[in-house]
Amino acid sequence: MRWIWIDRFEELQKGSHARAIKNVTLAEDHLHDHFPGFPVMPASLMLEGMAQTGGILLGDLHDFKHIVILAKVPKVTFHSWACPGDTLTYLARLTDERPEGGAVEVTATVGDRLVAEADIVFVHLDEKDSQLGAIDQKNFVFSMNLMGVMEVGRAGTGDESDPS
Amino acid sequence: MPTHEEILGQVQGILVEALGADEDEVTPGATLVSDLGAESIDFLDIVFNLEKEFDIKIPRGELFPENLAAEGDGLAVDGVVTEEGLTKLREKLPFADIEAFAADPQVANIQDLFTVDMLVNFVSDKLGNGE
Repeated sequence: MRWIWIDRFEELQKGSHARAIKNVTLAEDHLHDHFPGFPVMPASLMLEGMAQTGGILLGDLHDFKHIVILAKVPKVTFHSWACPGDTLTYLARLTDERPEGGAVEVTATVGDRLVAEADIVFVHLDEKDSQLGAIDQKNFVFSMNLMGVMEVGRAGTGDESDPS
Repeated sequence: MPTHEEILGQVQGILVEALGADEDEVTPGATLVSDLGAESIDFLDIVFNLEKEFDIKIPRGELFPENLAAEGDGLAVDGVVTEEGLTKLREKLPFADIEAFAADPQVANIQDLFTVDMLVNFVSDKLGNGE
């Protein structure tokens, strides 16, 4: 399984906000265990998708010069759930940025319904940083693998009449 | 300019939120790490919140400097901060109670220089200088 919890970027306004979507589907194995007979998107994975959206927004601000690591989630509230067939929209707004890191506010919605909202704090880490070796690769908010999500949909639709 | 008590109240509110501490734990003398359970990552969150709450700018390392007394730079020997190290601490942490720390200047205790009162004094100075 790839650790990519967003399907596509819809919008990225440098230094302001980013909007990404995640389609929930029964093809995802974990939904069969979470929960048997009542498949809903695990809250932790929703938070991961929100962090990936916000992390790319922050990383983009400095042209991905820093490694951005999810450091802290000071606040998160889950208001409702998302089930197979739902499209979650993650909207991240950059609220703070400074040399050491940054913070975002992110909402998750299905249509007009608010599913979750969170404040997320990230730290910057540079490759020359002595602490880098101690960091587990999985903690990285983005990697080249995840960055591929930025390209999803860029090739147009494949429809011959579509000039894009 | 807000009074010392007003600033204390606002700082306490921030720490209750950022550290999940109980209100009655956040006394002026409480240390952020030992008493309130702050971890290094919480310092950044606290800086964000202080900037927002008081509309101030806190440059990197000004409130929570890094590498305060590393071994090998003459500032600490065998886990004890040297006189030179204490002088450096007074410069870098002008709002901390270095004199109390100097009675038993263990490197391991440096983190206890970060107290609620130190934050209040720092903010108070920032607001005063900003005018």
